[in-house]
Amino acid sequence: MNMETEMTAQDRPFDINDYIRLDMMPHFLCPGCGHGIALRALLWAVHELGIDKDRLAVVSGIGCSGRLSAYVDANSFHTTHGRPLAFATGLALARPDLTVIVITGDGDSLAIGGNHLIHACRRNLNMTCLMLNNEIYGMTGGQVSPTTTSDRYTTTTPAGNTEPVFDACELAAAAGAGFVGREVTLQVTGLKDLIARAIAHEGFSFVEVISDCTEIYGRKNDLGASPEMMLNQKAVMRPDTYRSTVDVPFRPNALKTGVLCERDRPEYGQAYRAMVAARQHRAGGGGT
Amino acid sequence: MAQRVNLQGNQACALAAIEAGCRFFAGYPITPSSEIAETMSGELPKVGGTFIQMEDEIASMAAVIGASMGGVKAMTATSGPGFSLKQENLGYACGAEIPCVVVNVMRGGPSTGMPTRPAQGDVMQARWGTHGDHALIVLAPASVAETYSETIRAFDLSERLRVPVVVLLDEVIGHLVETVEPGKAGEAATRKWATGPREGFEPYMVTDDLVPPMPRPGDGYRAHVTGLTHGPDGFPTQKPDEVRAAIGRLSDKLALHRELIESWRAEECEDAQVLIVAIGITARAAGKAVTDLRAEGIRAGLFRPVTLWPFPERALRDIAAKSGARAVIVPEMNQGQLVLEVERLLARDLPVIGMGRYDGEPIPSADIAARVREVLQS
Repeated sequence: MNMETEMTAQDRPFDINDYIRLDMMPHFLCPGCGHGIALRALLWAVHELGIDKDRLAVVSGIGCSGRLSAYVDANSFHTTHGRPLAFATGLALARPDLTVIVITGDGDSLAIGGNHLIHACRRNLNMTCLMLNNEIYGMTGGQVSPTTTSDRYTTTTPAGNTEPVFDACELAAAAGAGFVGREVTLQVTGLKDLIARAIAHEGFSFVEVISDCTEIYGRKNDLGASPEMMLNQKAVMRPDTYRSTVDVPFRPNALKTGVLCERDRPEYGQAYRAMVAARQHRAGGGGT
Repeated sequence: MAQRVNLQGNQACALAAIEAGCRFFAGYPITPSSEIAETMSGELPKVGGTFIQMEDEIASMAAVIGASMGGVKAMTATSGPGFSLKQENLGYACGAEIPCVVVNVMRGGPSTGMPTRPAQGDVMQARWGTHGDHALIVLAPASVAETYSETIRAFDLSERLRVPVVVLLDEVIGHLVETVEPGKAGEAATRKWATGPREGFEPYMVTDDLVPPMPRPGDGYRAHVTGLTHGPDGFPTQKPDEVRAAIGRLSDKLALHRELIESWRAEECEDAQVLIVAIGITARAAGKAVTDLRAEGIRAGLFRPVTLWPFPERALRDIAAKSGARAVIVPEMNQGQLVLEVERLLARDLPVIGMGRYDGEPIPSADIAARVREVLQS
């Protein structure tokens, strides 16, 4: 048998066409949106880890990030606003054989779904949560989100945002997530490596992706076109993680990027199944 | 095994679910349904199943749907405020056709209401609680034994038809202790899994039975599931023809399987001068009223929809016509919900008289009997 035809997507060099639903193209993301880069990094990580698409489950919520699950050639679940982690909790407990990836946004996971994020971190059930932070409710036309930078204009902060910004990674780490990391879409390979580590981690992994919304958010705040917005991501990055030579000043007291927290905590699914096995053993043993 | 056991309604519900093959339960503590979660937490591990107490009611509904999408029979249980919170995700299960069972043990409302007092105020919410056109099944048991058998039937219908099924108990039935014979309660089917070619597979294909075979994750179909209105391929559509077909199939599916879904009990209806229509604990009181009235020579009859939604409308119309009843009385523990459906079906032919009580007390059989006598004298 010809080995060429036997090669699966995992044996070839990464080609995003092996992992997306081509008949869903063109995608609906705006020109300049960072979410496509994040999706590419995710699929690249999936490829490097050799994950079988048939055993990959991508669960998303509502919003721009929510639409990404439909583009992935896997078992995909586009759920309700803010609840993908809760859906994924049921799915991952029922099917520990699946690799469960949750794609969510800053509004989806920090506002309407904040409670689920906190408890998913606490429970430490094996799944990877990718939060695409574009600082805005893009799908609904550009309303303020829990991560909108102070003073920025949105359709619901016409005089500038007066609310403070949520640090999602600090929240995730404090709530108990086994793995927490942050990366910018400017650093595609760095993002891919971070996501791969997150997926490989046994437990709940949270990755914040600093994405950019050029059309709905950048334009309203004179942040420039997509290249400018992406280069400005450098201002929120830790200098030692930066791998390019484009000269944009780093901001003092910048948000940290890279792996922010990695620790061994009992993985919830294993802990529960061990309890079940013990109970069944006791029930089957005919003891007292 | 024709063993007879004494069980509380809520316990019977939980044990029946396990017998029906339920292997996943997600819940959140709420009175008066908590015994269902408590029983599940102890019993599910014994059969290799999973119990999880989620962070809130919304999450427990979501987790149940997630588990079911993974291929496991799943259930949650709640009461009024929690039932309200579950509605959005319940609608997701309706739209995406994910089998699941939702138990609502009704308590006094609105809002926090009376957590420990019985009511039947969710008759309409159970049918119409989630937004948009949707189809679902609601079963309303009136005894502990029936709670057992109807919970099994809830799984059977949910799995066969890929539709959420609500088991609507009231606080009295939930906490009543009665005798159950678990071995006589029947069996629950398991959903029809997709088999055959992966290429060109459509997860929402239109089949003769209008129930699309469900693709199981891991079986190679790599299907998409969404709450957006979707075509046969599972992907979002806004084309009017496709939307009409997709939404239409959800209700057509239940209409096609009406005989399988509908269940009712008619007691002493053949020659009834007055018909009583009631569910749950109120139907028990009504049954006693019928017996007492018959002893006095008053021909009363009871029609009890065990399947509350879709309402067994042909059965009630036929029974009312054949009996030649002069009036219908609808006692219920709310301000008048079930009576609206009975009016829709019968009000053109005979007077339909509501009898609501909403003070946290069950309706005594003597009150129902007295109302029947009044109606006959008027």
